[in-house]
Formats: sequence, structure tokens, C-alpha cells
Amino acid sequence: MSLKFGVVVFPGSNCDHDAYYSLRKVLDYDVEFLWHKETDLKQSRVILLPGGFSYGDYLRTGSIARFSPIMDSVISFANKGGIVIGICNGFQILLEASLLPGVMIRNNSLKFACKDVYLSVENRETIFSSEISSDKKVLKIPIAHGEGNYFADVDLLNELETNKQIVFRYADADGNVNDDSNPNGSQMNIAGIVNKKGNVFGMMPHPERACDPTLGRTDGQQIFKSIANYILN
Amino acid sequence: MFKATVLIKRRPSILDPQGVAVEKGAKHLGISNIKSTRIGKLIEFDVDVKDRTAAEKEVNEYCSKLLSNPIMEDFEFNLEEVK
Repeated sequence: MSLKFGVVVFPGSNCDHDAYYSLRKVLDYDVEFLWHKETDLKQSRVILLPGGFSYGDYLRTGSIARFSPIMDSVISFANKGGIVIGICNGFQILLEASLLPGVMIRNNSLKFACKDVYLSVENRETIFSSEISSDKKVLKIPIAHGEGNYFADVDLLNELETNKQIVFRYADADGNVNDDSNPNGSQMNIAGIVNKKGNVFGMMPHPERACDPTLGRTDGQQIFKSIANYILN
Repeated sequence: MFKATVLIKRRPSILDPQGVAVEKGAKHLGISNIKSTRIGKLIEFDVDVKDRTAAEKEVNEYCSKLLSNPIMEDFEFNLEEVK
């Protein structure tokens, strides 16, 4: 089975080339850009919604991108079980499109947070985390966002926990999840979640910025390798 | 034609970090009796139809599908006929 990533480009996306570079040049996967005005997913097996500031983040983050022509195709692809990963602004778009539950609000610090964070791996049995070795307590991956404060009501939080939909939580270097390791005020330190079916995943940290060894971190590779492993095996 | 004024408010159950921070500013200014500051949005536009019911329908759709996120926000609007 062929492995091909389709990276959607919205006006204002700015991590599309980072994603392309990491997938093609570092990991040697097939990848193609998909312009937001198109509706053809070009036989992509995985759709990646990249980070950035689609439509200037006007109104609410991701709210206008969600109505781009390509999103109709992405939504029906996801509803048929297709694999979709949203990173940062891509995660916000998935929330606006109701492909993932909950909402994102402004960081509780009100500051744009741009730094490396540690992620505790809460569920290694997903399409997006299966290749994270069990001896690895945390992943070191950077964040860069102003609205990454994940909010959901108590019922939804319980549901996410019961269904093991929480994949990553913000932690310290030793894997302790606490208020001090929470960079934005997200409830339950949530950094990444999957949908109930397990085929749609969103995370605020940027794994594509933690792939090239030249840049000093490679933990992001494990997320893309997990997806590749799922498709190829 | 109608002039629409939409008010979008964050649900009371949803935190408003901006409101909290702005209220801290009030304290710094010595304005001490302010409580529960919440920040929303006010959006104005024209609706180019003659009939009020049709205008209401269109504004409702605009508000519920795009201008507000029903998970965290409520909206209300006012329509003023412009001759």
C-alpha cells in the first residue's frame, strides 16, 4: 500500500513547507501540497493540516479555513476512516470542523508561547503514537501558539479520558503532568487528542519542527513513523 | 435593507483569560469595584433584503454557522431597517 501525505495549504499557513520538508527530505515519504481551493485529495493516504494563521486567525482560529472547498473533501475522507492529522492551527481547524471535540481559547498567560515542551505519552495504541518506544517517557517537541488553551466541559473531559482519546499531555522532563508544566492553561494539560474512531488526530506542538537531526531534536519523527507503520503494515 | 448588529458572548461556563487580564488592568488603575469582566464581539453588517423575516433567517444562519462557535458562544442580534 502506498504512503502519501497531502499537506493542505490555506492562505496564511506557514508550517506547510516545514511539514513537506520533514516528510520528504528527512523521512523520505511521498508528499504533495493540496491547495485549499481544490477538492481533489490526489490519492493522499494521510491528510495533514499544517500550522500557521489561516485567514489571519480572523473571527476565531480556524473558523474560516474550515469552510475552504478542500475541507468538504477532508471531512468526507475523515468520515470514511481516512487518516487526518492537524498540527497547531490544523488542530484548531479540526475543532472548528467538529472532526475533533472541544474548543481552543486564548493561552491563560495571554502570551504567544514559543518554546520546547515535554509531552507525556498517554496512549501508545493509536495510529499516531504506536511507534513511540515504551522506554521513552516524554517527547521533546516545540510549541508556537497564542490560542492553545484546550477547553471542554466536564462530561467531554471524562469521555476523552474513558475512551483513551488523550494522546499527549504537557509534562516536565521527567514526565510529571502538573500546573507548572502546562504552558497555556489547557484542561488536564491536554496537548493532543484523537477522535473516538481513532483516525483523526490533533496536537498543538509541532512534530514537523522536531524531525531534522541538524536542528537538534528528532522526537517528532516518531509520530510520522507511527502513521507510516500503520499504513505500510 | 437592514442594518444588523450582532453581539457574540462567550458562554458563562467558558473561561475568559482576556477578561481576567483586562480586569487586572482595572485594579492597577485603581478602579476597584469591577467584577466578572467578559469580552465578546460586536459585528455589524447590512442585509440586502426587503423582508424582515428573510433578513432574520439569513442573519441566524450567518451567526450560527460562521460568526459564533455554538460550543462556546451565544449570539443575539438586532435588525434596524434602513430606507
